[in-house]
Amino acid sequence: MLEVNAVTKSFGGLAAVAAASLRVAEGGIVALIGPNGAGKTTLFAAISGFVAPDNGQILFNGAAITGLAPHLICRRGIVRTFQIVQPFGGLTVRENIVVGAHLRHAGRRKALMRAEEVARRVGLGELLDRPASALTVAGRKRLELARALATAPRLLLLDEVMAGLNPAEIDEIVRIIRDIRASGVTVFLIEHVMQAVVSLADYVYVLNQGEIIAQGSVSEIAAMPNVIEAYLGHGAAARMTTGAAGAVQ
Amino acid sequence: MTMRQGLAGGLVLVLALMAPLAIQSDFWLGFLITILLFAAMGMAWNILGGYAGQFSFGHAAFFGTGAYATSVLHIALGLNPWLGLLVAAAAGGTMGLLIGYLSFRYGLRGSYFALITLAFAEVLRILANTAGFTGGGVGLYLPLNIGVANMQFAGKAGYYYVALGLALASILIAWRLERSRLGAWLAAIRENEDAARALGVDTFACKLAAIGISGAMTGVGGWFYAHYYLYIDPEIAYGPGVSVEILLVAIVGGLGTVLGPLLGSVALHAAGELAQRLMGDTPGLNLIFYGVLLVVMVRLMPDGLAGLVRRWMRPAGGTQRA
Repeated sequence: MLEVNAVTKSFGGLAAVAAASLRVAEGGIVALIGPNGAGKTTLFAAISGFVAPDNGQILFNGAAITGLAPHLICRRGIVRTFQIVQPFGGLTVRENIVVGAHLRHAGRRKALMRAEEVARRVGLGELLDRPASALTVAGRKRLELARALATAPRLLLLDEVMAGLNPAEIDEIVRIIRDIRASGVTVFLIEHVMQAVVSLADYVYVLNQGEIIAQGSVSEIAAMPNVIEAYLGHGAAARMTTGAAGAVQ
Repeated sequence: MTMRQGLAGGLVLVLALMAPLAIQSDFWLGFLITILLFAAMGMAWNILGGYAGQFSFGHAAFFGTGAYATSVLHIALGLNPWLGLLVAAAAGGTMGLLIGYLSFRYGLRGSYFALITLAFAEVLRILANTAGFTGGGVGLYLPLNIGVANMQFAGKAGYYYVALGLALASILIAWRLERSRLGAWLAAIRENEDAARALGVDTFACKLAAIGISGAMTGVGGWFYAHYYLYIDPEIAYGPGVSVEILLVAIVGGLGTVLGPLLGSVALHAAGELAQRLMGDTPGLNLIFYGVLLVVMVRLMPDGLAGLVRRWMRPAGGTQRA
């Protein structure tokens, strides 16, 4: 469904993303993980049209979308959320979600109906008339998700929707994301909360210093020495294996 | 709209329609005409500034273009003033699209956008001062020829009804916009442009639509002014005075509300009249007064008079918009 071919993006000589390639198959949940500053958000920004890649190609359902404006990419069915939530603070929850719903519904009545339906789906049904600025962190994350869903996407890019949530709230979002996938929307997510990655992702890509250094299922990834080193530093994998061996003895 | 709001609105409308029967004084009718004209233009400004969040300091560019378009064609070709309304709307709207295209294309926002609109109005003022067909600095006198077909009335009542019609039409446009897709998208752009783009909003096209509608409505304001006073010059048409007065009406009244500019226009002109009575007709006094008022409003009452009315009507702190 989504195909990223050797995409590169540099900021002032520093390659945030260096020839990264990946595929997201339709109907799945794919995770993109990696240490801070690995270039994950830049890669999302390139896919959603917020930054134009210097090199490489991005295909969505076989058609090139490289360098298209964000609103055109959104119309084709890819929508992103922001790592740092960006609510329309002066508007109510309902008005926030209606903005997304209007993409597919020109009429106000239909857009409002669609917004309410989406709000209930993510658990914001009771808060529709609250100002968005009055929501808690968890509420804002859900609002971010609801607005994106209201655009009726085929591919949902979630940038750390679980950061800053407590375990109960994380469980709730995990349930909502499963429900979104069950409704036929493909999910591609950046996540640091490993508990969520483990329980959600069918396939994982690991990005480090702009490069994809590993890919596979969660259990495959967890055993790869270069992944452990990317997170814990050079030599960590070796120390862990010897440490484990020592424990066995 | 609730039953109570509908009744209140109907009552105000009936009173407004009967006002010329009760008020015989030309002075007070003229006062009401000014209030209605600036309420209509304040609503035009509000579509761009209040809903879309793009503050213009140069709405004179649209006001003056509408005024000159109808005047020049009326004098040169005998264009009927009622048709001039359409011409002025088209001219103001085109000027809006032109200025909007040039500023939004290059991503100008906030104070940069405000400055560029001010600059455009100033350029137009200087052009109108030098060009031949605008009458230069002397200005243009429209021929006196009383008759309804020629949009010239013997008394002020006729003009009052035209101005009332403009204000009502503006209220209707703002009310419709607030409940439309474009309205929802403009509010999203005002609150967070990047988030709006991520949700599929073509921010450039939406802002262009807003400035086009706003420019057309303000152009109609210029049309009314020209046929009401039968005289315009570059200072009146394109000077910063009219730009400031239009934006003050909207800011004092309440940004992004349907009725705010009407409240703002009433308050501003009533206070202005009072200040003039108390302190005499010193030139420039009104500008000082406007400046002080703007600072006070922005500091103490950023949601304007409409916000005050809303808080007063719903002390429990409801979130429904007026």
